[in-house]
Amino acid sequence: MRVAVLGVGVTKFGEHWESSFSQLFVEAGSKAIVDAGVDGKDLEAIFVGNMSGGRFIDQEHVSALIADHAGLTPIPSSRLEGACASGGLALRQGVMAILSGFHDVVVVGGVEKMTDILSEDTTETLATAANQEWEAFLGMTFPGLYALMARKHMHDFGTTREQLAMVSVKNHANAMNNPNAQYHSAITVGDVLKSPMVADPLRLLDCSPITDGAACMILASEERAREFTDAPIYITGSGQASSALSLHDRKAIPVVDATSNAAREAYRRAGKGPKDIGVAEVHDAFTIGEIVAIEGLGFVEMGEGGRATEEGITQMGGRIPVNTSGGLKAKGHPVGATGIAQAVEVTLQLRGAAGKRQVDADVGLTHNVGGSGGTAVVHILEKG
Amino acid sequence: MSVPRFWRNQQSRYNLVGVKCTNCGRTYFPPRSLCPSCRRLGKLEKFKLRGRGEVVTYTVIHTATDGFGDQVPYVMAIIRMEEGPQLTAQIADCDPSEVRIGMKVEAIFRKIQEDGTAGLIHYGYKFKLLEGGNAL
Ligand SMILES: [Zn+2]
Repeated sequence: MRVAVLGVGVTKFGEHWESSFSQLFVEAGSKAIVDAGVDGKDLEAIFVGNMSGGRFIDQEHVSALIADHAGLTPIPSSRLEGACASGGLALRQGVMAILSGFHDVVVVGGVEKMTDILSEDTTETLATAANQEWEAFLGMTFPGLYALMARKHMHDFGTTREQLAMVSVKNHANAMNNPNAQYHSAITVGDVLKSPMVADPLRLLDCSPITDGAACMILASEERAREFTDAPIYITGSGQASSALSLHDRKAIPVVDATSNAAREAYRRAGKGPKDIGVAEVHDAFTIGEIVAIEGLGFVEMGEGGRATEEGITQMGGRIPVNTSGGLKAKGHPVGATGIAQAVEVTLQLRGAAGKRQVDADVGLTHNVGGSGGTAVVHILEKG
Repeated sequence: MSVPRFWRNQQSRYNLVGVKCTNCGRTYFPPRSLCPSCRRLGKLEKFKLRGRGEVVTYTVIHTATDGFGDQVPYVMAIIRMEEGPQLTAQIADCDPSEVRIGMKVEAIFRKIQEDGTAGLIHYGYKFKLLEGGNAL
Protein backbone atom coordinates (compact mmCIF):
# COMPACT_ATOMS: atom_id res chain seq x y z
CA MET A 1 0.00 0.00 0.00
CA ARG A 2 1.16 3.53 -0.73
CA VAL A 3 -0.54 6.78 0.31
CA ALA A 4 1.35 10.01 -0.28
CA VAL A 5 1.95 12.62 2.41
CA LEU A 6 1.74 15.92 0.53
CA GLY A 7 1.97 18.33 3.42
CA VAL A 8 2.30 18.59 7.18
CA GLY A 9 1.66 21.30 9.75
CA VAL A 10 1.71 21.65 13.53
CA THR A 11 1.09 24.44 16.00
CA LYS A 12 3.54 25.07 18.76
CA PHE A 13 2.57 22.75 21.63
CA GLY A 14 1.95 24.25 25.06
CA GLU A 15 -0.50 26.46 26.89
CA HIS A 16 -2.35 28.55 24.32
CA TRP A 17 -4.56 30.73 26.49
CA GLU A 18 -4.96 33.21 23.64
CA SER A 19 -6.09 30.62 21.05
CA SER A 20 -9.34 28.69 20.76
CA PHE A 21 -9.84 25.08 19.74
CA SER A 22 -10.79 26.02 16.17
CA GLN A 23 -7.95 28.56 15.86
CA LEU A 24 -5.43 25.84 16.73
CA PHE A 25 -6.85 23.49 14.11
CA VAL A 26 -7.00 26.21 11.43
CA GLU A 27 -3.36 27.17 12.11
CA ALA A 28 -2.09 23.59 11.72
CA GLY A 29 -4.34 22.98 8.71
CA SER A 30 -3.24 26.16 6.93
CA LYS A 31 0.41 25.21 7.43
CA ALA A 32 -0.22 21.74 6.00
CA ILE A 33 -2.07 23.12 2.97
CA VAL A 34 0.72 25.60 2.22
CA ASP A 35 3.33 22.88 2.72
CA ALA A 36 1.44 20.58 0.34
CA GLY A 37 0.99 23.23 -2.32
CA VAL A 38 -2.65 22.23 -2.76
CA ASP A 39 -5.63 24.51 -2.99
CA GLY A 40 -8.60 24.33 -0.64
CA LYS A 41 -10.78 23.15 -3.54
CA ASP A 42 -8.56 20.07 -4.01
CA LEU A 43 -9.58 18.77 -0.57
CA GLU A 44 -12.35 16.18 -0.49
CA ALA A 45 -12.80 15.20 3.17
CA ILE A 46 -11.61 15.89 6.72
CA PHE A 47 -10.87 13.29 9.40
CA VAL A 48 -10.10 14.76 12.79
CA GLY A 49 -8.93 13.08 15.97
CA ASN A 50 -10.28 14.58 19.18
CA MET A 51 -10.57 12.83 22.51
CA SER A 52 -12.90 15.02 24.50
CA GLY A 53 -14.16 18.32 23.14
CA GLY A 54 -17.20 17.56 25.26
CA ARG A 55 -15.35 17.72 28.55
CA PHE A 56 -12.38 19.98 27.72
CA ILE A 57 -14.34 22.78 25.98
CA ASP A 58 -17.95 21.62 26.47
CA GLN A 59 -18.35 21.20 22.71
CA GLU A 60 -19.26 18.06 20.82
CA HIS A 61 -19.78 18.03 17.05
CA VAL A 62 -16.30 19.47 16.58
CA SER A 63 -16.07 17.99 13.07
CA ALA A 64 -18.53 20.58 11.73
CA LEU A 65 -16.92 23.34 13.81
CA ILE A 66 -13.60 22.59 12.17
CA ALA A 67 -14.92 22.39 8.60
CA ASP A 68 -16.76 25.66 9.18
CA HIS A 69 -13.79 27.58 10.61
CA ALA A 70 -11.37 26.15 8.05
CA GLY A 71 -13.62 27.41 5.24
CA LEU A 72 -13.93 23.87 3.93
CA THR A 73 -17.70 23.37 4.02
CA PRO A 74 -19.45 21.52 2.42
CA ILE A 75 -16.88 18.68 2.27
CA PRO A 76 -17.56 15.86 4.76
CA SER A 77 -15.88 16.13 8.13
CA SER A 78 -15.74 13.26 10.64
CA ARG A 79 -14.36 12.99 14.15
CA LEU A 80 -12.57 9.87 15.42
CA GLU A 81 -12.26 9.09 19.11
CA GLY A 82 -10.01 6.49 20.72
CA ALA A 83 -8.83 8.45 23.79
CA CYS A 84 -5.12 9.32 23.33
CA ALA A 85 -5.12 7.31 20.06
CA SER A 86 -7.75 9.54 18.41
CA GLY A 87 -5.18 11.16 16.10
CA GLY A 88 -3.86 7.79 14.96
CA LEU A 89 -7.40 6.69 14.15
CA ALA A 90 -7.95 9.84 12.06
CA LEU A 91 -4.74 9.16 10.14
CA ARG A 92 -5.82 5.59 9.47
CA GLN A 93 -9.28 6.68 8.32
CA GLY A 94 -7.67 9.06 5.84
CA VAL A 95 -5.38 6.31 4.59
CA MET A 96 -8.31 3.92 4.12
CA ALA A 97 -10.43 6.59 2.39
CA ILE A 98 -7.69 7.01 -0.20
CA LEU A 99 -6.83 3.32 -0.61
CA SER A 100 -10.50 2.51 -1.13
CA GLY A 101 -10.59 4.94 -4.04
CA PHE A 102 -13.35 6.90 -2.38
CA HIS A 103 -11.24 10.08 -2.13
CA ASP A 104 -8.01 11.32 -3.76
CA VAL A 105 -6.97 14.16 -1.44
CA VAL A 106 -7.95 14.42 2.23
CA VAL A 107 -7.05 16.34 5.39
CA VAL A 108 -6.26 14.31 8.49
CA GLY A 109 -5.79 16.20 11.71
CA GLY A 110 -5.95 16.13 15.44
CA VAL A 111 -6.63 18.80 18.02
CA GLU A 112 -7.07 19.10 21.76
CA LYS A 113 -7.60 22.17 23.95
CA MET A 114 -6.82 20.99 27.47
CA THR A 115 -5.98 24.14 29.45
CA ASP A 116 -9.34 25.93 29.37
CA ILE A 117 -10.48 23.97 32.45
CA LEU A 118 -8.86 23.40 35.85
CA SER A 119 -6.04 20.86 35.86
CA GLU A 120 -8.03 18.62 38.28
CA ASP A 121 -10.84 18.49 35.73
CA THR A 122 -8.33 17.74 32.95
CA THR A 123 -6.98 14.85 35.03
CA GLU A 124 -10.52 13.51 35.54
CA THR A 125 -11.20 13.72 31.83
CA LEU A 126 -8.02 11.81 30.99
CA ALA A 127 -9.11 9.16 33.51
CA THR A 128 -12.21 8.52 31.38
CA ALA A 129 -9.86 6.65 29.02
CA ALA A 130 -9.84 3.97 31.74
CA ASN A 131 -12.86 1.84 32.64
CA GLN A 132 -15.08 4.23 34.59
CA GLU A 133 -17.10 1.60 36.46
CA TRP A 134 -14.44 -0.95 37.39
CA GLU A 135 -11.17 1.05 37.54
CA ALA A 136 -11.74 4.79 38.05
CA PHE A 137 -14.78 4.42 40.33
CA LEU A 138 -12.72 2.32 42.74
CA GLY A 139 -9.98 4.94 43.02
CA MET A 140 -7.70 4.11 40.12
CA THR A 141 -6.10 7.03 38.27
CA PHE A 142 -4.70 7.14 34.75
CA PRO A 143 -1.04 7.45 35.87
CA GLY A 144 -1.88 4.68 38.35
CA LEU A 145 -2.56 2.23 35.53
CA TYR A 146 0.85 2.84 34.00
CA ALA A 147 2.36 2.59 37.48
CA LEU A 148 0.86 -0.92 37.71
CA MET A 149 2.65 -1.80 34.46
CA ALA A 150 5.89 -0.22 35.67
CA ARG A 151 5.82 -2.15 38.97
CA LYS A 152 5.22 -5.44 37.14
CA HIS A 153 7.95 -4.72 34.60
CA MET A 154 10.44 -3.95 37.39
CA HIS A 155 9.40 -7.12 39.25
CA ASP A 156 9.48 -9.47 36.26
CA PHE A 157 12.44 -8.14 34.29
CA GLY A 158 14.60 -6.24 36.77
CA THR A 159 13.94 -2.90 35.09
CA THR A 160 15.24 -0.15 37.36
CA ARG A 161 13.71 3.11 38.51
CA GLU A 162 16.68 4.88 36.90
CA GLN A 163 16.03 3.21 33.53
CA LEU A 164 12.48 4.58 33.55
CA ALA A 165 13.87 8.04 34.26
CA MET A 166 16.29 7.76 31.33
CA VAL A 167 13.33 7.75 28.92
CA SER A 168 12.29 11.14 30.22
CA VAL A 169 15.85 12.48 30.23
CA LYS A 170 16.34 11.42 26.58
CA ASN A 171 13.05 12.87 25.40
CA HIS A 172 13.67 16.20 27.13
CA ALA A 173 17.11 16.33 25.48
CA ASN A 174 15.52 15.69 22.06
CA ALA A 175 12.89 18.39 22.60
CA MET A 176 15.67 20.97 23.05
CA ASN A 177 16.05 20.75 19.26
CA ASN A 178 12.33 20.95 18.46
CA PRO A 179 11.12 24.57 18.25
CA ASN A 180 7.47 23.44 18.53
CA ALA A 181 7.99 21.44 21.74
CA GLN A 182 6.30 22.45 24.99
CA TYR A 183 9.49 22.13 27.03
CA HIS A 184 12.99 23.28 26.24
CA SER A 185 14.60 22.15 29.48
CA ALA A 186 17.23 19.46 29.89
CA ILE A 187 16.62 17.27 32.93
CA THR A 188 18.68 14.66 34.77
CA VAL A 189 17.85 11.25 36.23
CA GLY A 190 18.18 12.93 39.62
CA ASP A 191 15.55 15.52 38.68
CA VAL A 192 13.09 12.75 37.76
CA LEU A 193 13.77 10.82 40.98
CA LYS A 194 13.30 13.98 43.08
CA SER A 195 10.05 15.06 41.40
CA PRO A 196 6.79 14.59 43.36
CA MET A 197 5.38 11.06 43.56
CA VAL A 198 2.19 10.67 41.51
CA ALA A 199 1.52 6.92 41.56
CA ASP A 200 4.41 4.90 42.97
CA PRO A 201 6.78 4.13 41.23
CA LEU A 202 5.89 6.91 38.75
CA ARG A 203 6.74 10.52 39.56
CA LEU A 204 5.71 13.79 37.98
CA LEU A 205 8.62 13.81 35.50
CA ASP A 206 7.61 10.32 34.30
CA CYS A 207 4.31 11.77 33.07
CA SER A 208 3.47 13.70 29.90
CA PRO A 209 2.07 17.19 30.48
CA ILE A 210 -1.28 18.88 29.80
CA THR A 211 -1.02 20.52 26.40
CA ASP A 212 -2.94 22.53 23.81
CA GLY A 213 -2.11 21.91 20.19
CA ALA A 214 -3.09 20.72 16.75
CA ALA A 215 -1.44 18.84 13.90
CA CYS A 216 -2.54 18.25 10.31
CA MET A 217 -1.47 16.35 7.22
CA ILE A 218 -2.64 16.38 3.61
CA LEU A 219 -2.79 12.85 2.17
CA ALA A 220 -3.25 11.91 -1.47
CA SER A 221 -3.40 8.92 -3.76
CA GLU A 222 -0.14 8.07 -5.48
CA GLU A 223 -1.41 9.24 -8.89
CA ARG A 224 -2.87 12.47 -7.66
CA ALA A 225 0.26 13.22 -5.63
CA ARG A 226 2.35 13.49 -8.84
CA GLU A 227 0.53 16.74 -9.68
CA PHE A 228 2.00 18.34 -6.60
CA THR A 229 5.40 16.77 -5.91
CA ASP A 230 8.05 14.51 -7.39
CA ALA A 231 9.20 13.03 -4.10
CA PRO A 232 6.49 12.59 -1.51
CA ILE A 233 6.88 10.57 1.65
CA TYR A 234 4.62 7.52 1.52
CA ILE A 235 2.59 5.80 4.20
CA THR A 236 3.19 2.15 3.39
CA GLY A 237 1.81 0.36 6.42
CA SER A 238 -1.13 0.83 8.77
CA GLY A 239 -2.29 -1.36 11.64
CA GLN A 240 -4.83 -1.00 14.40
CA ALA A 241 -5.87 -3.32 17.20
CA SER A 242 -8.19 -3.37 20.19
CA SER A 243 -7.79 -5.02 23.57
CA ALA A 244 -9.67 -5.10 26.87
CA LEU A 245 -10.59 -1.64 28.14
CA SER A 246 -9.54 -2.52 31.69
CA LEU A 247 -5.87 -3.24 32.35
CA HIS A 248 -6.87 -6.04 34.77
CA ASP A 249 -8.55 -7.95 31.94
CA ARG A 250 -5.22 -8.34 30.13
CA LYS A 251 -3.66 -11.56 31.32
CA ALA A 252 -0.01 -10.87 30.54
CA ILE A 253 0.56 -7.49 32.22
CA PRO A 254 2.73 -5.52 31.30
CA VAL A 255 2.43 -6.80 27.70
CA VAL A 256 0.36 -4.35 25.63
CA ASP A 257 -1.08 -6.83 23.14
CA ALA A 258 -2.83 -4.10 21.09
CA THR A 259 0.63 -2.69 20.27
CA SER A 260 2.06 -5.97 19.01
CA ASN A 261 -1.13 -6.81 17.09
CA ALA A 262 -1.27 -3.38 15.40
CA ALA A 263 2.46 -3.57 14.63
CA ARG A 264 2.11 -7.01 13.06
CA GLU A 265 -0.52 -5.69 10.64
CA ALA A 266 1.44 -2.55 9.80
CA TYR A 267 4.68 -4.49 9.16
CA ARG A 268 2.81 -7.00 6.98
CA ARG A 269 1.16 -4.31 4.87
CA ALA A 270 4.50 -2.49 4.43
CA GLY A 271 6.48 -5.67 3.83
CA LYS A 272 8.89 -4.52 6.54
CA GLY A 273 10.02 -5.67 9.95
CA PRO A 274 11.34 -4.05 13.12
CA LYS A 275 14.93 -4.21 11.82
CA ASP A 276 14.02 -1.95 8.86
CA ILE A 277 12.85 0.94 11.06
CA GLY A 278 15.34 3.82 11.27
CA VAL A 279 13.34 6.29 13.36
CA ALA A 280 10.22 5.97 15.50
CA GLU A 281 7.77 8.11 17.43
CA VAL A 282 6.18 6.00 20.16
CA HIS A 283 3.55 6.61 22.82
CA ASP A 284 5.49 7.75 25.91
CA ALA A 285 2.53 9.22 27.82
CA PHE A 286 4.45 7.74 30.75
CA THR A 287 8.09 6.60 30.77
CA ILE A 288 7.10 2.95 31.15
CA GLY A 289 4.94 3.44 28.03
CA GLU A 290 8.03 3.91 25.86
CA ILE A 291 9.72 0.85 27.37
CA VAL A 292 6.77 -1.47 26.71
CA ALA A 293 6.32 0.16 23.27
CA ILE A 294 9.82 -0.64 22.02
CA GLU A 295 9.27 -4.21 23.21
CA GLY A 296 5.81 -4.57 21.64
CA LEU A 297 7.02 -3.09 18.35
CA GLY A 298 9.83 -5.65 18.24
CA PHE A 299 12.75 -3.21 18.45
CA VAL A 300 14.04 -5.14 21.47
CA GLU A 301 13.13 -8.42 23.17
CA MET A 302 10.33 -8.51 25.75
CA GLY A 303 11.75 -7.38 29.08
CA GLU A 304 14.80 -5.68 27.56
CA GLY A 305 13.27 -2.21 27.13
CA GLY A 306 14.79 -0.74 30.27
CA ARG A 307 18.28 -2.08 29.62
CA ALA A 308 18.10 -1.04 25.94
CA THR A 309 17.21 2.49 27.01
CA GLU A 310 20.16 2.56 29.42
CA GLU A 311 22.48 1.30 26.66
CA GLY A 312 21.45 4.25 24.48
CA ILE A 313 19.90 2.23 21.65
CA THR A 314 16.99 4.68 21.42
CA GLN A 315 19.00 7.90 21.74
CA MET A 316 19.97 10.23 18.90
CA GLY A 317 22.80 8.36 17.17
CA GLY A 318 21.67 5.04 18.63
CA ARG A 319 20.56 1.98 16.62
CA ILE A 320 16.97 3.26 16.45
CA PRO A 321 16.35 6.82 17.63
CA VAL A 322 12.97 6.99 19.40
CA ASN A 323 10.95 10.15 19.96
CA THR A 324 13.32 12.55 18.21
CA SER A 325 10.57 15.20 18.57
CA GLY A 326 10.79 15.01 22.35
CA GLY A 327 7.89 12.57 22.48
CA LEU A 328 4.70 13.07 24.40
CA LYS A 329 6.78 13.74 27.51
CA ALA A 330 8.61 16.86 26.31
CA LYS A 331 7.05 17.84 22.99
CA GLY A 332 3.69 17.78 24.79
CA HIS A 333 0.58 15.62 24.55
CA PRO A 334 -2.56 17.34 23.27
CA VAL A 335 -4.21 13.94 23.29
CA GLY A 336 -6.28 14.07 20.08
CA ALA A 337 -3.43 15.67 18.13
CA THR A 338 -0.66 13.30 19.23
CA GLY A 339 -1.14 10.55 16.64
CA ILE A 340 -0.94 13.07 13.80
CA ALA A 341 1.95 15.01 15.35
CA GLN A 342 3.94 11.75 15.51
CA ALA A 343 3.47 11.21 11.76
CA VAL A 344 4.39 14.85 11.09
CA GLU A 345 7.71 14.30 12.89
CA VAL A 346 8.50 11.10 11.00
CA THR A 347 7.63 12.83 7.70
CA LEU A 348 10.05 15.66 8.51
CA GLN A 349 12.76 13.12 9.42
CA LEU A 350 12.31 11.21 6.15
CA ARG A 351 12.31 14.45 4.14
CA GLY A 352 15.61 15.44 5.78
CA ALA A 353 13.87 18.52 7.17
CA ALA A 354 14.17 17.87 10.89
CA GLY A 355 16.86 20.49 11.52
CA LYS A 356 19.14 19.93 14.49
CA ARG A 357 17.39 16.70 15.45
CA GLN A 358 17.80 15.11 11.98
CA VAL A 359 18.65 11.40 11.89
CA ASP A 360 19.56 9.21 8.92
CA ALA A 361 16.56 7.02 8.10
CA ASP A 362 14.65 5.73 5.08
CA VAL A 363 11.81 4.06 6.98
CA GLY A 364 9.99 5.39 10.05
CA LEU A 365 7.23 4.23 12.38
CA THR A 366 4.56 5.86 14.53
CA HIS A 367 2.85 4.20 17.50
CA ASN A 368 -0.18 5.72 19.20
CA VAL A 369 -2.00 4.18 22.21
CA GLY A 370 -5.43 4.86 23.67
CA GLY A 371 -5.93 4.49 27.42
CA SER A 372 -3.81 1.81 29.06
CA GLY A 373 -3.75 -0.14 25.77
CA GLY A 374 -7.37 -0.73 24.75
CA THR A 375 -6.48 0.75 21.36
CA ALA A 376 -3.18 0.91 19.47
CA VAL A 377 -2.44 2.31 16.02
CA VAL A 378 0.85 1.83 14.12
CA HIS A 379 1.89 3.44 10.84
CA ILE A 380 4.97 2.95 8.70
CA LEU A 381 6.29 5.73 6.48
CA GLU A 382 8.95 5.55 3.78
CA LYS A 383 10.90 7.77 1.41
CA GLY A 384 9.51 7.67 -2.15
CA MET B 1 -21.69 8.06 39.26
CA SER B 2 -25.47 8.21 38.78
CA VAL B 3 -27.78 6.24 41.07
CA PRO B 4 -29.08 3.85 38.36
CA ARG B 5 -25.55 3.17 37.14
CA PHE B 6 -24.43 2.26 40.64
CA TRP B 7 -27.61 0.34 41.48
CA ARG B 8 -27.30 -1.92 38.41
CA ASN B 9 -23.96 -3.22 39.71
CA GLN B 10 -24.92 -3.47 43.37
CA GLN B 11 -24.77 -7.30 43.52
CA SER B 12 -21.26 -7.27 42.11
CA ARG B 13 -20.02 -4.35 44.18
CA TYR B 14 -21.43 -5.70 47.48
CA ASN B 15 -21.11 -9.46 47.03
CA LEU B 16 -18.54 -10.00 44.26
CA VAL B 17 -21.13 -11.60 41.98
CA GLY B 18 -19.77 -12.34 38.53
CA VAL B 19 -20.76 -14.87 35.90
CA LYS B 20 -19.61 -18.35 34.91
CA CYS B 21 -19.92 -19.78 31.40
CA THR B 22 -21.37 -23.28 31.63
CA ASN B 23 -20.08 -24.04 28.13
CA CYS B 24 -16.35 -23.42 28.75
CA GLY B 25 -16.19 -23.07 32.53
CA ARG B 26 -14.57 -19.64 32.48
CA THR B 27 -15.57 -17.11 35.14
CA TYR B 28 -15.86 -13.38 34.62
CA PHE B 29 -15.94 -10.45 37.02
CA PRO B 30 -17.62 -8.00 36.66
CA PRO B 31 -20.44 -9.84 34.89
CA ARG B 32 -20.54 -9.85 31.10
CA SER B 33 -23.55 -10.41 28.90
CA LEU B 34 -21.57 -12.59 26.47
CA CYS B 35 -18.73 -15.10 26.98
CA PRO B 36 -15.86 -13.64 24.88
CA SER B 37 -14.46 -17.16 24.33
CA CYS B 38 -17.67 -18.94 23.28
CA ARG B 39 -19.66 -15.95 22.04
CA ARG B 40 -23.12 -17.17 20.94
CA LEU B 41 -22.42 -20.72 22.16
CA GLY B 42 -21.76 -19.55 25.69
CA LYS B 43 -24.25 -19.72 28.51
CA LEU B 44 -23.66 -17.41 31.46
CA GLU B 45 -24.90 -17.94 35.00
CA LYS B 46 -24.44 -15.85 38.13
CA PHE B 47 -21.39 -16.88 40.08
CA LYS B 48 -20.21 -15.54 43.44
CA LEU B 49 -16.48 -15.22 43.97
CA ARG B 50 -15.18 -16.49 47.32
CA GLY B 51 -13.24 -13.29 47.79
CA ARG B 52 -9.68 -14.56 47.93
CA GLY B 53 -6.87 -13.82 45.55
CA GLU B 54 -3.30 -12.61 45.14
CA VAL B 55 -1.63 -9.35 44.15
CA VAL B 56 -0.57 -9.30 40.48
CA THR B 57 0.77 -5.75 40.64
CA TYR B 58 0.13 -2.62 42.69
CA THR B 59 0.75 1.11 42.98
CA VAL B 60 0.50 3.67 45.75
CA ILE B 61 -1.68 6.58 44.63
CA HIS B 62 -0.41 9.96 45.80
CA THR B 63 -2.37 12.18 43.39
CA ALA B 64 -5.99 11.09 43.54
CA THR B 65 -9.05 12.01 41.55
CA ASP B 66 -12.11 13.73 43.04
CA GLY B 67 -13.66 11.76 45.90
CA PHE B 68 -10.43 10.02 46.96
CA GLY B 69 -8.25 12.97 48.03
CA ASP B 70 -8.77 12.26 51.75
CA GLN B 71 -7.46 8.69 51.38
CA VAL B 72 -3.97 9.35 49.93
CA PRO B 73 -1.56 7.68 49.96
CA TYR B 74 -3.52 4.50 49.25
CA VAL B 75 -2.70 1.21 47.54
CA MET B 76 -4.46 0.16 44.32
CA ALA B 77 -3.81 -3.32 42.98
CA ILE B 78 -4.76 -5.77 40.32
CA ILE B 79 -5.82 -8.95 42.08
CA ARG B 80 -6.08 -12.40 40.51
CA MET B 81 -9.01 -14.14 42.20
CA GLU B 82 -8.75 -17.86 43.01
CA GLU B 83 -11.49 -18.56 40.47
CA GLY B 84 -9.49 -16.89 37.68
CA PRO B 85 -10.82 -13.39 37.00
CA GLN B 86 -8.63 -10.36 37.70
CA LEU B 87 -9.99 -7.13 39.15
CA THR B 88 -8.81 -3.72 40.30
CA ALA B 89 -9.28 -2.80 43.97
CA GLN B 90 -7.85 -0.85 46.85
CA ILE B 91 -5.85 -2.70 49.50
CA ALA B 92 -6.85 -1.17 52.83
CA ASP B 93 -5.86 -1.62 56.49
CA CYS B 94 -2.12 -1.75 55.79
CA ASP B 95 0.96 0.39 55.59
CA PRO B 96 1.44 0.93 51.83
CA SER B 97 5.09 -0.16 52.18
CA GLU B 98 4.00 -3.66 53.32
CA VAL B 99 2.42 -4.65 50.00
CA ARG B 100 4.32 -6.95 47.61
CA ILE B 101 3.51 -8.72 44.35
CA GLY B 102 2.29 -12.26 45.08
CA MET B 103 0.75 -11.54 48.49
CA LYS B 104 -2.52 -13.26 49.36
CA VAL B 105 -5.48 -10.96 49.94
CA GLU B 106 -9.12 -11.20 50.99
CA ALA B 107 -12.13 -9.02 50.14
CA ILE B 108 -13.65 -6.71 52.75
CA PHE B 109 -16.73 -4.46 52.56
CA ARG B 110 -15.93 -0.75 52.84
CA LYS B 111 -16.91 2.78 51.95
CA ILE B 112 -15.40 3.48 48.52
CA GLN B 113 -16.04 7.18 48.01
CA GLU B 114 -18.37 10.06 48.69
CA ASP B 115 -19.89 11.55 45.59
CA GLY B 116 -19.44 15.28 46.14
CA THR B 117 -22.10 16.50 43.74
CA ALA B 118 -24.84 13.97 44.54
CA GLY B 119 -23.97 13.60 48.23
CA LEU B 120 -24.07 9.81 47.97
CA ILE B 121 -21.79 7.47 49.84
CA HIS B 122 -20.81 4.48 47.74
CA TYR B 123 -19.86 1.18 49.34
CA GLY B 124 -18.17 -1.82 47.80
CA TYR B 125 -15.16 -4.14 47.93
CA LYS B 126 -11.66 -3.41 49.04
CA PHE B 127 -9.07 -6.02 50.02
CA LYS B 128 -6.86 -6.68 53.03
CA LEU B 129 -3.59 -8.57 53.28
CA LEU B 130 -3.99 -12.09 54.68
CA GLU B 131 -1.80 -13.08 57.61
CA GLY B 132 0.82 -15.57 56.65
CA GLY B 133 0.03 -14.80 53.04
CA ASN B 134 3.37 -13.20 52.32
CA ALA B 135 4.93 -13.39 48.93
CA LEU B 136 7.74 -15.86 48.43
ZN1 LIG C 1 -17.58 -19.70 27.43
